Amino acid sequence: MLEIKNLHARIAEDGTEIIRGLNLTVKAGEIAAIMGPNGSGKSTLSYILSGRQDYEVTEGDILYNGESILELDPAERASKGIFLAFQYPLEIPGVATMQFLKVAMNEQRKARGEAELTTPDFIRRVKEAAEKLKIDQAMLRRPLNVGFSGGEKKRAEILQMALLEPKLCILDETDSGLDIDALKIVADGVNALKSPDRATIVITHYQRLLDYIVPDTVHVLYKGQIIRSGDKALALELEENGYADIIGEAA
Amino acid sequence: MNMQTTSRLTAAETALVEAFGAQIGELPGNGAVIGTRDRLLDELKKAGLPTRRIEAWHYTDLKNLLRSVPDVTLVSAIDPIAPLVEGSKVLSILQGEADAKAAVGGVEIALFKDRLADGSAAAGLTALDKDDAIGRINGSFVRDGYAITVPANTELDAPIELQALHAAGQVHTRFPVSFGAASKATIIERHRSVAEGAALVSSISDIVLEDGADITWIILQQQAAEDTHLGQIRVKLGTDAKLRLFVINAGGKLVRQELRIDVAGEGAELTLRGVNLLGAESHTDVTLVLGHNVPNTNSTEIIRNVVFDRANGVFQGMIRVAPDAQKTDAKMSCNTLLLTDDGGFSAKPELEIFADDVVCGHGATVADIESSHLFYLMARGVPENKARAMLVNAFVAEIVEELEEEKLVEALEGVISAWLEKHA
Repeated sequence: MLEIKNLHARIAEDGTEIIRGLNLTVKAGEIAAIMGPNGSGKSTLSYILSGRQDYEVTEGDILYNGESILELDPAERASKGIFLAFQYPLEIPGVATMQFLKVAMNEQRKARGEAELTTPDFIRRVKEAAEKLKIDQAMLRRPLNVGFSGGEKKRAEILQMALLEPKLCILDETDSGLDIDALKIVADGVNALKSPDRATIVITHYQRLLDYIVPDTVHVLYKGQIIRSGDKALALELEENGYADIIGEAA
Repeated sequence: MNMQTTSRLTAAETALVEAFGAQIGELPGNGAVIGTRDRLLDELKKAGLPTRRIEAWHYTDLKNLLRSVPDVTLVSAIDPIAPLVEGSKVLSILQGEADAKAAVGGVEIALFKDRLADGSAAAGLTALDKDDAIGRINGSFVRDGYAITVPANTELDAPIELQALHAAGQVHTRFPVSFGAASKATIIERHRSVAEGAALVSSISDIVLEDGADITWIILQQQAAEDTHLGQIRVKLGTDAKLRLFVINAGGKLVRQELRIDVAGEGAELTLRGVNLLGAESHTDVTLVLGHNVPNTNSTEIIRNVVFDRANGVFQGMIRVAPDAQKTDAKMSCNTLLLTDDGGFSAKPELEIFADDVVCGHGATVADIESSHLFYLMARGVPENKARAMLVNAFVAEIVEELEEEKLVEALEGVISAWLEKHA
């Protein structure tokens, strides 16, 4: 589903290279965990996959279902099914949450040539998904993410994911700032979306989230490259020994 | 030595003088009114239209910007339109002429032309100061409007809409409105062009809030692309009076909205909100002169501007705190979204504080759309154009939502999104 080939990317503004020859393949139905120490390029990778313009790809390619997505803007990528759950979801005053959800869902449907949702159908979908994630209706009446706690913001991200039904989900440090109850709710939300035609990339610092969202593959990112890949056992090994050994080996 | 004392009149100034000459004997008014009109026109002729050398007009050089003045047209083949908010009582003024049959239950309404004819309007026709070009133009040419009195302890259950519609030509209107003690009302002053062709509109509202009156006043300016709109609102707030004043500019080529506010009663509260939607080659100026003249009053002013194309905007905010106006609390801010390299916005906040125990502050920002916000919306599949429109809309909708009355908020949000769809 996703093939990243020898990817090099830098910050557009100052030219700092962050991704330095990254290779990664994620298959449909797979849950891939990307782990790595601070500053290894994890969040940058998530932004580049979703098309943020602050980064420039200088070499290599990203193939999604066999096609390069480098020329597509974030909205085009989203309508093709790529979804990024943000590490720090933004507060946007003046944009009503419900209106935002409706526009996003219908714009994606339009881009795919599907009919727009009727209002009752839209409201029913939001209500059902919100209940599963224990999201209060009062939250949905507020402007987008405004005044939400850290945990509420993360749940709102998963709500968006559930409603937009993406094919490639990228979760950027979704566990950060969550207590254990909130973490379980979020993980249940992610697991509920698991399906043979959907891939998930879980970016995380800690093994903790992977107890709840169990990965098929684990990749260690360091200085903009995948330096080691393995299965779930690799995450446990990292938990026990830290990154130092693996980084030492690679160096 | 022979000094030249009269400067040459511009085309617009000449047209104004000629229009006045052509209407002698036609403009309504008794001897006192005619005398006042003559004096105002004479002052206008001598001083000329203000230039950038006059401080109050520094950013809006009227002499230079007002290139021509259309002829006076009195034909009115205009029909009233649906009110902005369903269920409002509409008082229409079509091509400057009020409706003699207009009535609103519980409210006293007189035609301003009758006030001119009997001379009771004469005293109010004066200019506020030597730079008050709008007062002079309007006082010289005003033909009609409504004089409204909301009696004490009256609460109006529906808004009153002053619906000023016009086609090309000149229109000069006046609205003296007095709100009795503890009255409660919403007034929508709506200026709108309904035909092609340039118009010159001047309109002055003189409003007095008696003690404890609680009033929402909306000015909605939607003039046509070639129109000049010169608006002024003169306000006096009594003890414990509350005024929410919203000014929305969404049209016109050359616009000046002057807000002259006298906070004259203790415990009075002013909430001023402005939304300026600026596009094409327009020039729009909102000038506030606010006096906190007694102790224990407060005010907040928030102006939000969106600038497209080659548009230019101005906000001048002067807050004067009188020597004995202790415990004044005033906060002013002016925020601009500048979405073009060819337009601009000038903000000039001024605080003149003569009392020592006050809290006053001001701030101004100019920015483009936050790129991280844009990315967030686009990452959810919202195309760039639509995402930008949502964010611009959000920037001003936030202000309108403060009005709380749902139907009014919805109607104004409708005006804003329609404007943005057309211009963005």
